[in-house]
Amino acid sequence: MNLPNAENLIESLKNKINEMIDENTVLIGVQRGGELILQKILPSLGSAVATGSIDASFYRDDFSSRGLKIKNTPSKIDTEINGKHIILIDDVFSSGRTVRAAMNEIFDYGRPDKITLAVLIDRNEQELPIAPQICIEKISLSKNQHLVLVLDKNKKFTFQLKESHV
Amino acid sequence: MFNPQLNNKGNLNHLLSIEGLSKEKIIQILDTAESFLKIGERDVKKVPILRGKTVCNVFFENSTRTRTTFEIAAKRLSADVINLNVATSSQSKGETVLDTINNLIAMNADIFVVRHSSSGAAHFIASHVKPNIHIINAGDGNHSHPTQGLLDAFTIRKYKTNFNKLKVAIVGDILNSRVARSNIHALNILGVPEIRVIAPKTLLPDEIEKLGVHVFYDIDKGLSDVDVIMMLRIQNERMDGIMLPSQEEYFKTYGLNQVRLDLAKKDAIVMHPGPMNRGVEIDSAVADSEQSVILPQVTFGIAVRMAVMAILAGQHS
Repeated sequence: MNLPNAENLIESLKNKINEMIDENTVLIGVQRGGELILQKILPSLGSAVATGSIDASFYRDDFSSRGLKIKNTPSKIDTEINGKHIILIDDVFSSGRTVRAAMNEIFDYGRPDKITLAVLIDRNEQELPIAPQICIEKISLSKNQHLVLVLDKNKKFTFQLKESHV
Repeated sequence: MFNPQLNNKGNLNHLLSIEGLSKEKIIQILDTAESFLKIGERDVKKVPILRGKTVCNVFFENSTRTRTTFEIAAKRLSADVINLNVATSSQSKGETVLDTINNLIAMNADIFVVRHSSSGAAHFIASHVKPNIHIINAGDGNHSHPTQGLLDAFTIRKYKTNFNKLKVAIVGDILNSRVARSNIHALNILGVPEIRVIAPKTLLPDEIEKLGVHVFYDIDKGLSDVDVIMMLRIQNERMDGIMLPSQEEYFKTYGLNQVRLDLAKKDAIVMHPGPMNRGVEIDSAVADSEQSVILPQVTFGIAVRMAVMAILAGQHS
């Protein structure tokens, strides 16, 4: 199948985020894809904005079946988030469980006024009453197909499709 | 070789000793601890990962620091914690170790942190519990204290980054020290090229060289040019005149003072597992100096113990 052009999606996402940000905004990238996107768009955003990154491994609901998968990229939210508008950035939205875990962790740092979820792709697999407010493209895949955002050696983003054996 | 620490998938199911752990496994624990260290710096120092699990600290031998840091670690993971000071409870009424543990399992405990004065106690318990129960050795006799070995490795990595260029000196009662044994194994596995042990003959086990260490009886020679100095506690009960003449004499010949510290590299760090005896194995000024990382070791110990508990609780046979 034809995979969407990641660079184009990131550019569209950047434009949408640019329309929303003000001095009250904090951009938080969900590791690892969301964080990569954040680092890519950050230099070309219209105004300076506070940022953070989140690895919600310790908050996941599937710890008892999956165990702990740590990539030595701890969450880093050094900025004040009380009363802020957080735009949570991720590459692919599927069940909503990662976002739930990320939101639970965010609330251990403070109480934001508002959280907006911005993603490149929604896989239409929502399992929780959580949905992205900003989504550039919707595609449907089978359960064993995983869409992975990759930064190649020319610093260009592409999507790769990986299949797992269930 | 059968390794009771690993389950049938080769994952860590118990933490009993450093021996038998691969370098990758140790690095995985240290990396995970790095993530947990950040939790301790937050306002809300808690994550929900062990919510609903019960951790039992079963100490057949007294300890304050180790038990407290395990307790804090478990609580920061949201586990329920039960502290059992067995030295003062049913053991004194004649209950066997296994009966004590089985009673706690019947109360649905999930993780046991065990300290015992007999070497091999944690291995023994681990070989008698169901696969979904996890045992962490918090010190057994003079055999092993794996979380101390891991937190010391974590501390060294924090300050020195690269293990494979280091000279590390371990000073003091090597003979009776499970900390020394765990550290020697950990440093060997992590690729430290030169490990020195410095002690009087009476406090060195026979054939210690077989563990791949260099023996020094003269502390001044042993400390020359080292990157890391690990001091060990001299237990007062050894000062009976057979092992050692007196505290003053020991401090004079093996105590770490500033003059001796200056023989090591300029940026050498000084470590101590605690509780330390100021004026016996270490001079007060050195313990409080810029080069001392003794208090950071305590902080790191919590993160390392959180990592171990989270990794074990995530394993399924």
